[in-house]
Amino acid sequence: MRLEKCWFCSSTIYPGHGIQFVRNDAKIFRFCRSKCHKNFKMKRNPRKVKWTKAYRRLHGKDMTQDSTFEFERKRNRPERYDRNVTEMTLKAIKKIDKIRVTREAQHHKMRMKGNKAIEQEAAIKELENSINLVKAPAALQQGSEITLPKIKVKVSQSQDVGERMEE
Amino acid sequence: MPFPVSVNSTCARDLLHVLYNKDHYKLALGQVNTARNIVGKIAKDYVRLLKYGDSLYRCKSLKVAALGRMCTVIKRISPSLAYLEQIRQHMARLPSIDPNTRTILICGYPNVGKSSFMNKITRADVDVQPYAFTTKSLFVGHTDYKYLRYQVIDTPGILDRPFEDRNIIEMCSITALAHLKAAVLFFLDVSGSCGYSIEQQAALFHSIKSLFMNKPLIVVCNKIDLQPLEGLSEEDMKFVMEMKTEAIKTVLAQGGDSNDDEVLLTMSTMTDEGVIAVKNAACERLLNQRVEIKMKSKKINDCLNRFHVAIPKPRDTKERPPCIPPAVLEARAKVNEEKGKRKLEKDLEEENGGAGVYSANLRKHYILADEEWKEDIMPEILDGHNVYDFVDPDILLRLEELEREEGLHLEANADEEDFEMDGKELTEEEQQLLAEIRRKKNLLIQEHRMKKSTAESRPIVPRKFDKDKKYTSKRMGRELSALGIDPSKAIDRARSRSVTRRGRKRERSLGREGEEGEAMDIDDELSNKKLRTSSRSRSRSKSRPPGEVTPGEGFKDSAQKLKAIKIAKKSVKVRNKAARKGEADRVIPNLKPKHLFSGKRSIGKTTRR
Repeated sequence: MRLEKCWFCSSTIYPGHGIQFVRNDAKIFRFCRSKCHKNFKMKRNPRKVKWTKAYRRLHGKDMTQDSTFEFERKRNRPERYDRNVTEMTLKAIKKIDKIRVTREAQHHKMRMKGNKAIEQEAAIKELENSINLVKAPAALQQGSEITLPKIKVKVSQSQDVGERMEE
Repeated sequence: MPFPVSVNSTCARDLLHVLYNKDHYKLALGQVNTARNIVGKIAKDYVRLLKYGDSLYRCKSLKVAALGRMCTVIKRISPSLAYLEQIRQHMARLPSIDPNTRTILICGYPNVGKSSFMNKITRADVDVQPYAFTTKSLFVGHTDYKYLRYQVIDTPGILDRPFEDRNIIEMCSITALAHLKAAVLFFLDVSGSCGYSIEQQAALFHSIKSLFMNKPLIVVCNKIDLQPLEGLSEEDMKFVMEMKTEAIKTVLAQGGDSNDDEVLLTMSTMTDEGVIAVKNAACERLLNQRVEIKMKSKKINDCLNRFHVAIPKPRDTKERPPCIPPAVLEARAKVNEEKGKRKLEKDLEEENGGAGVYSANLRKHYILADEEWKEDIMPEILDGHNVYDFVDPDILLRLEELEREEGLHLEANADEEDFEMDGKELTEEEQQLLAEIRRKKNLLIQEHRMKKSTAESRPIVPRKFDKDKKYTSKRMGRELSALGIDPSKAIDRARSRSVTRRGRKRERSLGREGEEGEAMDIDDELSNKKLRTSSRSRSRSKSRPPGEVTPGEGFKDSAQKLKAIKIAKKSVKVRNKAARKGEADRVIPNLKPKHLFSGKRSIGKTTRR
């Protein structure tokens, strides 16, 4: 029993899932679900399809080279069973996973590093452009300080009207 | 198959003579020959005459005449033709006997067991029946001995009669005997169940022994299951011995040693006892004879120099047996012993319930560093990884390295962390404003989305009928004051320009105008959306599931009710779109809308509207 990788999206294919396609040149394509299979039949290049791992790796969104990847290598020669080695391997897998996850998180952080500055600038611009939604230009001109007076104006119609009429 | 006019082998010729009477046969053939010549002559004559024919009709009639004469000729010899046809058919079915190859001939009285012997050693399926002369003609079968093919010929039985009195069938076997160079098996029925005593059979033997010249002869005693040879009476034994001596004479004549066993053999075709021995003996004798003949003939000398069998000459008289080391001998002995003692897997399987029940433990013979690990189950998958891909004896070392690396990385990262701060930060108030802006924008977007999604079912009404009170001066005042402007002037202006106002400017007194304004608003307050939705009937319906059927309603089941609800909603939607209050609302607010009843067309007539 082996867990394979989907040819299109590079996700793991668990037993009982997906389709395998064998081409005339004996190359085997495995797909995790019909979405990937249909994309393949449409001859789409996974490197150009945004949600695949191939795209993400190519465009630097995900970590490409790391020493944690070297632990997982497909060996063609079977090794003789050794209980101690197997125990150690099982424990090691967990640790390696943890390390790999933290490194991926670090990679993501590095990627998102410049975001704050961009966000600041965007905020300033938005404030400048859309200030008229919260403050009328007339009010801005009157008082340069930007205050939000929460005036509950109860329009006393009788008084005003009366005044006008009188005038 | 064409008629053989002259047969090469004497045997075939004689056989044909026996079967078909050579004279008759030749006469018939001669007649056919003369007929052929006559026909040829007729044809030639008429062809000559054809040259002088002056018309087509004349020629045709000539042709007819010629054909007629030919036919008469043929008709004259038709009995011969019929006879020849019969012969041809019979000949086609004759067995093909090769006179030059190794042949074994079986002869004897009728019913002694020749055909059953034939059936035993060859694949020929000869009729075996209790009556005499079951076999009426020669039958050929083939058998193998020492990688050579032998023809075995089964003959019809021969009776002891003078030569002239024999019938055609007997003559067949006599002919075969006479002409074929073969080993002869003379069959003797010791039990007498063929109906003839041993004395009679012996008499036959002696009368035809002239035919056994130069042929290897074996006297075969058949049916010993009925009468063993030892149990024969004195006289019978005497006869048998006589025959045997005769047979030995033929052996001596060939120059072989006087080996008693090879001339008198016993067998039983019923129990298969000694059948093979007889065959082997006959074949062996024949083979030896033929080899001898070949050796004596001139031809062999030409071939002999091509054969050479190399035999290494012994250097000295020392014996040199093959050398097997004692260890190997011991091992061999042990293996042989073990083969007897060893318990096979198959035995184990049978013990534990047989094939379907027992499942062999394939791990028994695993070669591992520690014997206790044989029954271990190794996990193949862990957390979405294949364990086999990670298995490595050095994995601990590498893991340590990795962790060290990781430690270094962590330190480096910790140092780098706090330098994100920029100079350009927003103040508290600015942040609040920004939040407000974003809230408003979101609101606008939500409203727009709602409008879009309800566009199908929402009625489009003129502003004076707005239910949600979006276009009141109160609201305007609130919004403007939220933006920071004093709204009083705007409200006044709006008030002064409203439709209801315009008409009543002069009539109203000061006091009453204010009340009017208020009164208008107060009436509308009650028809609030909230009040609508929180009315009694609504609050009750929400506590029951939508499709539940209560008994008094008249629905068959919940599916029907749901369908009815659906249909009702459909019609309600249509009416809502047209801004109708209900089924009975047929109000036309404006009977003569201006846009439909006025205006000129740019092209065309306006006689109808």
